Amino acid sequence: MQTLRRKDILGLEEMSAEEITLILETARSMREIMQRKIKKVPTLRGRSVLNLFYEPSTRTKASFELAQKYMSSDAVSVAGSSSSLVKGETLKDTVRNVEVMGVECVIMRHPVSGSSHYLARSVEASVINAGDGMHEHPTQGLLDMFTIWENKGRLEELKVVIVGDIRHSRVARSNLWGLQKMGAEVMVAGPPTLMPPDLNVFGVKHFTDIEEAVEDADVVMALRLQKERQEGGLFPSMREYAELYGLNAKRLAHAKEDMLIMHPGPINRGIELSSELADGPRSVVMDQVAAGVAVRMALLYLLLGGTKE
Amino acid sequence: MKPILITGGRVIDPSQNFDETADLLIKDGIIEKVEKGIKPPSGAEVIDADGLVVTPGLIDIHVHLRDPGQEYKEDIKSGTRAAAAGGFTAVAAMANTSPVGDDPSMIRYVLDAAAGASARVYPIGALTKGLEGKEMAELGRMKKAGAVAFSDDGKPVSSGTMMRNALQYSSGISAPVIAHEEEPTLAAGGMMHEGSVSSLLGLKGMPAAAEEAMLARDLMIFKITGGRLHIAHVSTAGSVELLRRARAEGLPVTSEVTPHHLLITDRLVKNSGYSTSTKVNPPLRTEQDRQALWEGLLDGTIDAIASDHAPHHTDDKDMEYDFAPFGIAGLETTLPLMLDEVKSGRVKNFTLPMLIEKLSSAPARIFNLPGGTLQAGSPADLTIIDPERTFIINPDTWQSKSRNTPFGGRRLMGAPVYTILGGKITMEEGVPTE
Amino acid sequence: MALKHKATVMDEKGMQQALRRIAHEIVERNKGLRRIALIGIRKRGVPLARRLQAYLNEIEEFDIPFGILDITLYRDDLSQRQDQPEVHTTDVPFDLTDKNVILVDDVLFTGRTVRAAMDAMVDFGRPASIQLAVLVDRGHRELPIRADYVGKNVPSSRNELVEVRIQDLDQAEQVDILEKAPE
Repeated sequence: MQTLRRKDILGLEEMSAEEITLILETARSMREIMQRKIKKVPTLRGRSVLNLFYEPSTRTKASFELAQKYMSSDAVSVAGSSSSLVKGETLKDTVRNVEVMGVECVIMRHPVSGSSHYLARSVEASVINAGDGMHEHPTQGLLDMFTIWENKGRLEELKVVIVGDIRHSRVARSNLWGLQKMGAEVMVAGPPTLMPPDLNVFGVKHFTDIEEAVEDADVVMALRLQKERQEGGLFPSMREYAELYGLNAKRLAHAKEDMLIMHPGPINRGIELSSELADGPRSVVMDQVAAGVAVRMALLYLLLGGTKE
Repeated sequence: MKPILITGGRVIDPSQNFDETADLLIKDGIIEKVEKGIKPPSGAEVIDADGLVVTPGLIDIHVHLRDPGQEYKEDIKSGTRAAAAGGFTAVAAMANTSPVGDDPSMIRYVLDAAAGASARVYPIGALTKGLEGKEMAELGRMKKAGAVAFSDDGKPVSSGTMMRNALQYSSGISAPVIAHEEEPTLAAGGMMHEGSVSSLLGLKGMPAAAEEAMLARDLMIFKITGGRLHIAHVSTAGSVELLRRARAEGLPVTSEVTPHHLLITDRLVKNSGYSTSTKVNPPLRTEQDRQALWEGLLDGTIDAIASDHAPHHTDDKDMEYDFAPFGIAGLETTLPLMLDEVKSGRVKNFTLPMLIEKLSSAPARIFNLPGGTLQAGSPADLTIIDPERTFIINPDTWQSKSRNTPFGGRRLMGAPVYTILGGKITMEEGVPTE
Repeated sequence: MALKHKATVMDEKGMQQALRRIAHEIVERNKGLRRIALIGIRKRGVPLARRLQAYLNEIEEFDIPFGILDITLYRDDLSQRQDQPEVHTTDVPFDLTDKNVILVDDVLFTGRTVRAAMDAMVDFGRPASIQLAVLVDRGHRELPIRADYVGKNVPSSRNELVEVRIQDLDQAEQVDILEKAPE
């Protein structure tokens, strides 16, 4: 019997292709539940889950909460304010509270890289990383892979281009690991100042010419561009970014007809992605959102479905 | 005070190029003589040092004692007990206390508090008022009060003019300036060394260039100022190269390296799952840097080994990586870690006399301190080492108030067994005598 | 645990006859096929339900709604198992409301699978009735559940295993009793 033999989901770097496949296959079964009139199964009745969001999030939080409800678990969501985070007391005290309240699974989003490792080390409960700083966002990576897999029927030998701020992106890191493990060829494109130092550690090729990068690509994924990167002096203006690196119909004129266009949201329309593309026939942005719930249901089931020894 | 006769040990005194089996007699807190076959005077305490190594009392020139202001992390009493336990008879204490050690009264406070402590404390005064890098502190008055050197350690001196003036001015009072080399805008917000590992972990990096650019600036300035410049905790291959070139040009710059930069790399941040005991400044660098630091130490480019003992309370370190303070404790790990390097033979040409030199005569020379020698007539500060002793690093047994180390659990070969300060035993078998 | 073959209780022919008889009983009891729907419980209930569908269509040509149910997510022993079972897709592509649903499984034993299946079905709508068809009823019920259509009653000991093999899945077509033999 295939099972996920791990306590926590902290990142895709440490996950095997077999584990990823199991999660994606389980997610496929979960998606059927979402299409029912009564979207609820009793599987995790009486199991308690805590959502701990130290950063604002609409999509990811809603997605986890729906997944928890569909699986009949009892979930509580706590929004930690980042101002009370300054000395880290909140997380440390929360750790103790988690233990006492008998929570079995904690979903955490946190602005500091590695904080989910810290939490996982400190509590017996399972920890699902819902995004830690610039490190990883494994459930986003999984839902992106699920979306590609559903639309293309496979991940192996697909050419995927991730465009934008790779350096500060946990979404990019999770996708880089996950997609490559599943046999896809991944490349990144964007200004050199938005690439992580020693990029070759990820085993991907970097392009500064978007048109060259997307040639023969099966999937192109645009990342959200944060205004504060410009303020930090990494590129001159949003306008220049859009002109040099933004995805639009003209730039993709020579790309494959059936190329998928993805974005983890929320989109800066007209900056990293034009509305024409985001709302066009090749866009699977909405599929990504739906896939998010299915993937998170699958993870809750795989982590909480059996007893832990 | 009873005379002490230490018999049959291997006496290593790098200050005199001495390395022989001999006896050593201490009388009235002074080294009386080092000879073969000394008869024990009546009433003398005899320490049988057969199989042991007798060295000048070791000096750690880079220590944070946190006193005054953060006594919950460490104080002068606990810090000097940790020093004695770790085989040190003297430490130089940095000025980033609260209030900052930028005033003669603060220097006197440290010296008063250290009177009768388990190790000598040499205060280092702040270079600028409040460590703010703006106004020069009263270097001359602090020197008179007992400060041995000046530094804003913990922070770089951003202004080139400030550094220039400080070096020039300090040349008039013959006191060395210790520089913490970090170009602040390049290192801003950094949590670890910038490179492949920081990319994998998504932690903001401090590039090697931040240290090297500032070091290069200070070396250029040093050429036109005179005075004495000592570089704290050198950590990159590029820095070693800059220092090597400066020394070749005849610039009297000195430098130190920490055991952690010699022994571990940024990979440990990843392998430990973001353990905050790997968070130090300057950060743990790459394997290539580590190798270069050893080369620099072996060829004499780097003069001394210093712990950069930075004690923190467990609560301070038990948090998210970004929020935890920089620094690890080192007084009780430095000597065993380095003895193990000698014993294991992992580093070619790294000998016991060389290690002792980097921890005794070299520090004394750099800061012009009285110790670091076994010459007859010197104060009887000694360390006795058992190079064959198995030693396991266990922070729970430390004399320091802190427990923050990435080396916990390491099994090593070699440990201090006696520390003697001014003719008085301050540590026996790892335990301070008072 | 070694398993020892004890007896073959149904062969290919026996299975065919049993399913044919069940098909007739279904038609008789429901007065035709108009409101019938078939749902096979994964795994072996699915090919058995397909067979039943074929036999029903021999009696009367009618397009019977057909569904597949995976009851994994409805199990009541998930928190007691160390390894969670793999989840497979449920596929009920029609509205159950007002249908006489025939739930099909291979072996009726404790009744817990059927309990889970009924819970699941309630989530899909409000059937007029739920009826249960099984190839083998081996007794030892732990819940107040009984089958409406039984291929064969096979009294068994708890120490035994009833193994149904079906051509499509197992390259054989028979029902055996296996005995758990201590090493």
